[in-house]
Amino acid sequence: MAVLIGFLYYAVRMGTPLLFATTGEILSERAGNLNLGVEGMMAVGAICGYCLGCFTNSLLVAMAAAFLSAALCALIYAVLTVTFQTNQTVTGLALTIFGNGVYLFIGRMLTNTGSFPALSDAAHLKRIVADNGIPLLRDIPYLGRLLFSYNIFVYIAIAVAIVAWAYILRTKVGLRVRAVGENPAAADAVGVNVNRAKYLNIVVGGGICGLGGCYMAFVTNGGAWNESWINGMGWIAVALVIFANWNPLKAIFGSFFFGMFNVLMAWKGNLSDAFPTVLGWLSAIPNEFYQLLPFLITALVLAIESARKKKNSAEPGYLSVNYYREER
Amino acid sequence: MKKTKALLVVLLALVVVFSFAACGSSNSGEEESTADDGAAAGIAVEDIKVGVVHIGDPADGTGYSYMHDQGIVGMQENLGLSDDQIVRELNVSDSDSNAIRTAIEDCVAQGCNIIFTTSYGYMETTEELAAEYPDIYFSHATGYLSNDTNFNNYFGRIYQARYLSGIAAGLKTETNKIGYVSAYGTELAETCSGINAFALGVQSVNPDAVVYVKSLSSWSDPTNETAYAEALIEMGCDVIAQHCDSANPQIAAEKAGVFGVGYNSDMSADAPDAELTSAIWNWDVYYTTAVQAVIDGTWADLGNYYGGIKEGFVDVAPLTANCVEGTQEKIDAVKELLMDGSWDVFSGVKLSFDESGAVVQTDGALEDSEGNTIVEAGGASVEDKVITGEMNYFVKGVELK
Repeated sequence: MAVLIGFLYYAVRMGTPLLFATTGEILSERAGNLNLGVEGMMAVGAICGYCLGCFTNSLLVAMAAAFLSAALCALIYAVLTVTFQTNQTVTGLALTIFGNGVYLFIGRMLTNTGSFPALSDAAHLKRIVADNGIPLLRDIPYLGRLLFSYNIFVYIAIAVAIVAWAYILRTKVGLRVRAVGENPAAADAVGVNVNRAKYLNIVVGGGICGLGGCYMAFVTNGGAWNESWINGMGWIAVALVIFANWNPLKAIFGSFFFGMFNVLMAWKGNLSDAFPTVLGWLSAIPNEFYQLLPFLITALVLAIESARKKKNSAEPGYLSVNYYREER
Repeated sequence: MKKTKALLVVLLALVVVFSFAACGSSNSGEEESTADDGAAAGIAVEDIKVGVVHIGDPADGTGYSYMHDQGIVGMQENLGLSDDQIVRELNVSDSDSNAIRTAIEDCVAQGCNIIFTTSYGYMETTEELAAEYPDIYFSHATGYLSNDTNFNNYFGRIYQARYLSGIAAGLKTETNKIGYVSAYGTELAETCSGINAFALGVQSVNPDAVVYVKSLSSWSDPTNETAYAEALIEMGCDVIAQHCDSANPQIAAEKAGVFGVGYNSDMSADAPDAELTSAIWNWDVYYTTAVQAVIDGTWADLGNYYGGIKEGFVDVAPLTANCVEGTQEKIDAVKELLMDGSWDVFSGVKLSFDESGAVVQTDGALEDSEGNTIVEAGGASVEDKVITGEMNYFVKGVELK
């Protein structure tokens, strides 16, 4: 039992950056803009959030820096796709390359000059981002570990997802945003400011992706510099949006579900030792299969989703199609 | 438009002509020097030019290329070479033989007398070019090809350093479970020998301890390097060793309040509360030796190079205060045996320590994890199997998870 709880616990921790990124991407896509720059925005958010957070020894600064720097990247994307009508797919890909470049540039510059900040020098921040959990509640057997013993980011991510859900699906403003994604011309005709809705959602969505990067920097990599802090998580998030059917609430479960596949390779030995009869086969499967598993699941989701199409799909009707008012 | 096109054509033609001219001159130079056999006589320090082909960019500040470059910089200081005596080729893909050839030929064109190629995949191309330029010395890291005249390979007995770090881990563990995050398992002799040596080091001070290995099947996967360490700690491991580049396993150990043994460089700055020691490389030891051999004209005596503790090529980082008392003395005692060459890790002689902390050597067979005898009790070390890449089993006390 303890092993299973441990496995789920780490699945949630691995799924949290996915949850941030998926929520952010949902906001953008609901307004009709497919932003493939998630990986890049996360990278920028990671490096800016981490460095500024460490320099000031403050979680608030870290999160603000991560949010704002990634939002700035998203703003570039918004200006290009919304105002200048560039192709969304290509612009998003360019943003990923740009973001990774910024991340490597800052990181290498700091390591070269020996001034890359160490998390252990920011003692206060290091304490806050540790897996502290919620006092008292975390001591409940089993449940305490599973629900109440995470780092602060995990709870923030869930809160952000719930707020995003309420905003998109339960408010008037959210309804207008959905209308913009569904049919911008119609929304425009009834007086919705299409460009404003797009800008706002792209930029805020990008900022939330940046928080996911911040998580990767502080928790997953513990602040130790290496050249792949994000390591492909942004791409999984893009697929998770479809898996979650553009619904931030479903993204919570989707992210933790994908987190499970991401930690399965690390945990195969633990699981097959604990349940030799039921899960013994896990350790017999070669690593290579586990490495492709998240991507295999992604491919399957995409295939199934496109096969059953429309019916229950919440895919915005004008996703990745730019809105050009004069062509209405 | 037409004009620019014409200009381009002329420029291209010029480039082609010049590159042919460059080839021609280097070939003729080669004939001259072989004629008067200048190579064997050595080269003056001020005439030395060293080429290095890197798979990455040392400016990364960490990782493989950085480590090698630190060795080059160390060599430069040891021998007093100026900056323009070093030619660096960066970001050369090790699967693109054209890129490798271009990089090496660029070193040749710039007048290098010795060229180090630092990635495994450069091996075949280096061999070809060594045949084409017999008056230039070529030295290839981590491979197995060489010739008797101007091409050798070099690598280190890092397993010796791992044995020593295993002593620190074996003394520290209380659960008698030690985790090991490894890039690969038995597939590669490099990782396999490291794990085995580490486990034997652990067993020398703690016969009951087992080493749990999780293999990443990748040389770089920081996300999983963290996840692996966490999963090992969940299994009850209270010391985490590693064979991967990032310090993530050490940081995960620190976070969980357990201990760790780093690799590549001293990782105590990354996880000060967890680190016991690290198994480290001192590449400058080889680079200095090799360039000195070219200067002295003693290349023929150098041969293929597999430096270990004795040469100072590999070592353990200074022990931290996290180590238990007496660790230093035990490591020093084993180091002494490795220094005088009277004992090596993969032999039929096991080390242990008596109450006073002195080393006791007893004959005992080296067995693999399935109970097969690898070396009879008292038998000689099979360290050659590491160098030739034939070691493909775990020793007793190692479990793949």
